[in-house]
Amino acid sequence: MTRRLLNILLPAVAAALVIAGWYAFRLSLADEMKFLLPTPGEILTAFRDNHTVLIRAAGNTAEGALIGFGLAIVVSTAAALAMALAPWIRNSLYPGLMALQLTPLPVLAPICVLWVGAGLKSVSLLTFLIAFFPLAVNTTQGLVSTDRNLVELFRMWRVGRLAELFFLRVPGALPYFFTGLRIAATLAPIGAVVADMNAGSSAGDGGGLGFQAIVYSSQAKYPALFATAAATCLLGFVFTAAVLALSWLTLHYWHDSYERTDA
Amino acid sequence: MPLIVEFRDVSKRYGNGPLVLDGMNFAASSGDFVSFIGPSGCGKSTLLRLIAGLSAVSSGTLTVDRLPPEEAAEGLAFVFQEATLLPWLTAAGNIALAQRLRGVPVAARAAERQRVLELVRLADRGDAYPRQLSGGQKMRVSLARALALAPRILLLDEPFGALDEMTREQLNEELLAIRQRQDWTAFFVTHSVAEAVFLSNRIVVLAAHPGRIHAEIAVPLPWPRTAETRLSPPYYELVAQVSRVLRSVNTAAA
Repeated sequence: MTRRLLNILLPAVAAALVIAGWYAFRLSLADEMKFLLPTPGEILTAFRDNHTVLIRAAGNTAEGALIGFGLAIVVSTAAALAMALAPWIRNSLYPGLMALQLTPLPVLAPICVLWVGAGLKSVSLLTFLIAFFPLAVNTTQGLVSTDRNLVELFRMWRVGRLAELFFLRVPGALPYFFTGLRIAATLAPIGAVVADMNAGSSAGDGGGLGFQAIVYSSQAKYPALFATAAATCLLGFVFTAAVLALSWLTLHYWHDSYERTDA
Repeated sequence: MPLIVEFRDVSKRYGNGPLVLDGMNFAASSGDFVSFIGPSGCGKSTLLRLIAGLSAVSSGTLTVDRLPPEEAAEGLAFVFQEATLLPWLTAAGNIALAQRLRGVPVAARAAERQRVLELVRLADRGDAYPRQLSGGQKMRVSLARALALAPRILLLDEPFGALDEMTREQLNEELLAIRQRQDWTAFFVTHSVAEAVFLSNRIVVLAAHPGRIHAEIAVPLPWPRTAETRLSPPYYELVAQVSRVLRSVNTAAA
């Protein structure tokens, strides 16, 4: 009980201290420099004043992130299954995947714009590219890391490779898949915002949060810029929380990582 | 009793590596409880893998139920040193999956599952996940899973090696009690002389590098064997005899 209370109290106290420090630092700034750090109150006011624009922008970013993230899950799972079943596919694809992962998103953005045009398609494609690698690598690792004794047991039962895959390797790879999913869930909204800054478009329903951040920055609307940053953070939190919840629902009853300890 | 497993001049090497087993000549009859004991590297586990058809002999002939091992999967069950349970399935779920994948008729599955869980004294733990079970309980589930396949040959690769002495002795007694009610031939790998003497009617002592038969010792202790058996002088004498033979293997190797 005491531990549970501390788990709630400590973050609350830490947050209160950060906000107090924030106000203190802001007070210490000269008047002409105060624009550098709006107060939480000013940011909240900016959010209220611009909520229509920000919610629409967050919706656009979320849409791009969700499409890219969802596509990454589907394609990376298929790729991981292929790579786990055939080492030659794994050996063929890995260097390409590594190269893709090592190429910075802002460099890929103009290429995507060239191929599919600016806006949602580009944002989704770039989000897909950033989320795909951790998912594919982790899931493949999970599929090929099955306990050797369990594999031998299945071979003794003379089951086919497909049954071995779906009754043994796939469930055994779930913890690895969720590790990849957690990484991808933090990267997807970030990727979508960066993609939006580099390949977003104000056409149609307008741009996403990245696009909006550029607009507010160019208009020197700094409290609104900070509010945009907060909205970005909130979006990332929603993605991560959703994945953590899904991971818990799937794994908590059997996986050791969810075992309760006194530590 | 009919022969159930026969090694005729069997040798085994993995790839281009050194010989793991050399010139194995050995036969076991239906109903035997054969323990393999010997120093590390003597190929005890390889012997079980050959019988299970998980690995092929390099030369010689091995027959299981008069068939090549890879064709004799029906009626074979394997219990590994680790419990090798699927952690995402309950105890009953693990047994059910084995039944399903081995084609046990649907109508017979639930009753048989319950029966084997009762045999290993875990009838009330069928819904528990492996992480909720102790080491001994996990091994019991692993054993129950093997028994649920109604095996004619049970291969046990140091199944109780990781357990504490008390649990191991208890499981040894339970294994023999189960065997009184089921008809299977056992091939048991162990490092424990006492365990081998208690469980078996034949002990095969192996020498290492390459693995080969050093001696075969009959265990004429009466059945049924219980905790009392361990207190009897013939048991002590047999343990001493097997230990001496095992020591002679190690001395010869040194």
